[in-house]
Amino acid sequence: MLEKALVGSKKYWAWITFLGILAAVGVFNYLHQFSYGLGLTGMHRDVTWGLYIGQFTFLVGVAASAVMLVIPHYLHDYKTFAKIVILGEFLAISAVVMCMLFILSDMGQPMRVMNIFLHPTPSAMVFWDTVVLNGYLFINLLVGWVTLSADKKGIAPPKWIKPFIYLSIPWAISIHTVTAFLYAGIPGRHFWLSAILAARFLASAFAGGPALLIILALIVRKISKFDAGKEAIQAVGRIVAYAMFANVFFLGLEFFTAFYSGIPGHAQSFLYLYTGLEGHSELVPLMWVSTIFAAVSLVMLWVPAIRKNEGTLVLACIMLFASLWIDKGFGLIIGGFVPNPFEEVHPYWPTMPETMITIGIWAIGFLVLTLLYKIAITVREETAGIELEH
Amino acid sequence: MSMDRRKFLKIAGISSILGLGATAASATHNLWVKGLGPEEVDKNKDALLAKRWAMVVDMSKFKTEDDFKKTIDACHQTHNVPDYRNADGSVDKKFEIKWIWTAPYERAFPGQENKYMSEHIKDMPFIVLCNQCDNPPCVRVCPTKATFKYANGITMQDEHRCIGCRFCMAACPYGARSFNWRDPLGNNPNGTPIIKNENREYPKRGKGVVEKCTFCTERLAVGKLPACVEAAPKGGLLFGDLEDPNSEVRKIVENQYTIRRKSDLGTGPGIYYIVGGSDHA
Amino acid sequence: MKLYDVGKIFIGILVFAAIAAFPFYYNIGRVNAKPEPKFDTPAIQEWEKQYGKKECVESKEFMRAEHMQLLNNWRDSVVRQDNRGYLSDTSHKRFNMSLQNGCMNCHSNKKKFCDECHTYMSVTPYCWDCHIPPKEKEENKS
Repeated sequence: MLEKALVGSKKYWAWITFLGILAAVGVFNYLHQFSYGLGLTGMHRDVTWGLYIGQFTFLVGVAASAVMLVIPHYLHDYKTFAKIVILGEFLAISAVVMCMLFILSDMGQPMRVMNIFLHPTPSAMVFWDTVVLNGYLFINLLVGWVTLSADKKGIAPPKWIKPFIYLSIPWAISIHTVTAFLYAGIPGRHFWLSAILAARFLASAFAGGPALLIILALIVRKISKFDAGKEAIQAVGRIVAYAMFANVFFLGLEFFTAFYSGIPGHAQSFLYLYTGLEGHSELVPLMWVSTIFAAVSLVMLWVPAIRKNEGTLVLACIMLFASLWIDKGFGLIIGGFVPNPFEEVHPYWPTMPETMITIGIWAIGFLVLTLLYKIAITVREETAGIELEH
Repeated sequence: MSMDRRKFLKIAGISSILGLGATAASATHNLWVKGLGPEEVDKNKDALLAKRWAMVVDMSKFKTEDDFKKTIDACHQTHNVPDYRNADGSVDKKFEIKWIWTAPYERAFPGQENKYMSEHIKDMPFIVLCNQCDNPPCVRVCPTKATFKYANGITMQDEHRCIGCRFCMAACPYGARSFNWRDPLGNNPNGTPIIKNENREYPKRGKGVVEKCTFCTERLAVGKLPACVEAAPKGGLLFGDLEDPNSEVRKIVENQYTIRRKSDLGTGPGIYYIVGGSDHA
Repeated sequence: MKLYDVGKIFIGILVFAAIAAFPFYYNIGRVNAKPEPKFDTPAIQEWEKQYGKKECVESKEFMRAEHMQLLNNWRDSVVRQDNRGYLSDTSHKRFNMSLQNGCMNCHSNKKKFCDECHTYMSVTPYCWDCHIPPKEKEENKS
């Protein structure tokens, strides 16, 4: 089925070329970083994780969100999702690929990455994260490919794929829980040291991922004959609404504990992010944009008339995605490092090479997504009219 | 024997994988070659041994700027720790690497200050370094065991294995670790060399790895005390085995009031700060 | 059986052969001297005077084939197990397991020793990214 990604309209190839150029710029900048060192980024002794790890954290959530389609469809036989499931699985693959690229770009000695496997360390969450991310990539590739091949032939998928599909459900939950465990068990960083961090991660994943999926499904409908279905999109919209409510509620709970307890260590990071601390307020405008977007999108999602109109639904999803991207892909990481263990404020801002590498990796992710979606769309268009049997 | 093409390709594929796998597995026979077996390696006769190395810091013995400078420079120069400077000579905070340094009291012990405390005490410099914890979070999170515990209590760093993920730096509650954001070669913008007075008996580090104080394990192995302990004013830094009832450090910790940084986190730091000074010298 | 695109395939094979054989025909006519590592540093001469013969940690044949693995094992022994003394099978002497302060004490001529074979074999060990090689007098390249 790979050959289906190699034929396309002029617009298709223009889009691929555009992404290819962005990716090439990213790779070029990465080569520079590889030879000079991570000093090319904005990170320093006090903020040792920045844009790369933030993007990785955010994208693990997007990858996990495929489970929001898999559970209703495969576990509860919700036939409405029959067409859209493949879009979710392929989005998961693209997101996991981006996660891995972000981690490799962030490593000081990437050629030693095999040390993680040569010297497995069960107490280290990074070890488990590597294991589960690789496993999730494999599962989604397998399940996506096998079910799509079956659809192409107009038959039901083979029975042996069912265990993998069921496995993908707890596995998806696990990838984001393990990623949250990277942060939630660190004794010295009170901004992260919260039991609800893992729950927050899952809630924001199940809001942000499906929101992106809605946007993608509507784009797919516009540029091809593949229509995931108005019903399906509305159902995903409802999932986004509930998940976003949980996410905002959980964030509120964090604020309560931080400020009501009166313990300075818990509150200081929030103060830095939302009001500025010791004269430093670099992130304040960004965090408020995120908050406003979150509130507005939540309202838009909860008002049925607005949610049912696909135009306003897309707007809400875009704002929601942007809000979560800022909150999880940036604010969460920086907030953990500022103030530092000495209660000093040393801010962080990404540099140009760092930004170019980030954009390059997103471009590679979208490239993977485009190729996979092209295959899925072509198969669907060819089999339009034939009942999907899974 | 008749076989269709598909079956042939399947058998050929599996045979290749098994063949390659067997070759790789047999190549590992070489791994257990010389240099690792207990019958051929040992410690030096004059090596200093302990069950739990620890340090007691008596800030009352540090009186001048020079006292601090000598202590810190002894460590940093022995271990080729890079000294990154800006064009105006100030420390380049972006690339800064430090194994031992001073922090004002309210920063080294955050939460211990009170509003009636004099500025003089709040700003009093305290020697800070890796706490060589009993239960170090950095060791717990390292995915490759590049940082790990020795049986003698030292939290060690294996620069050869470090993948530069900097998780240990995120996990350390004391900010004791530094990362090599670039290679420490050449000069600073203000003309000074990045590594001054290179010690040819100790390696440098390249870019992409984390480094920190290792209680001078290479000096202990040849019967010497840590460089900072030797260079500090008499009685300023005391070093010894907490599990040895006759050691200075054990006697002080048993009988005097000492504090440790962020001791409520359960890390079990090995650096004890005497409150009120001591007569030990 | 019909063969499709014969022209394109043939050109592809030619291009591949040209690229794959490049290292061979590019070096036709160039002479690469056999590596000759030198064992005449002052430290080695001292040892010879004291013990009557040149001795390394292990035999020449063993070191030639296995010094990489030996150094790896030494590294783990020193860094991870805090052992620094090595009892040699061949000479029954105790050596300090150290590249900078052990091996390079005798073999202080990195350029005429280590680099001789490494350059010939096009091998770049990354030890020297961090470990400091001994200072050598700058000599004219012959």
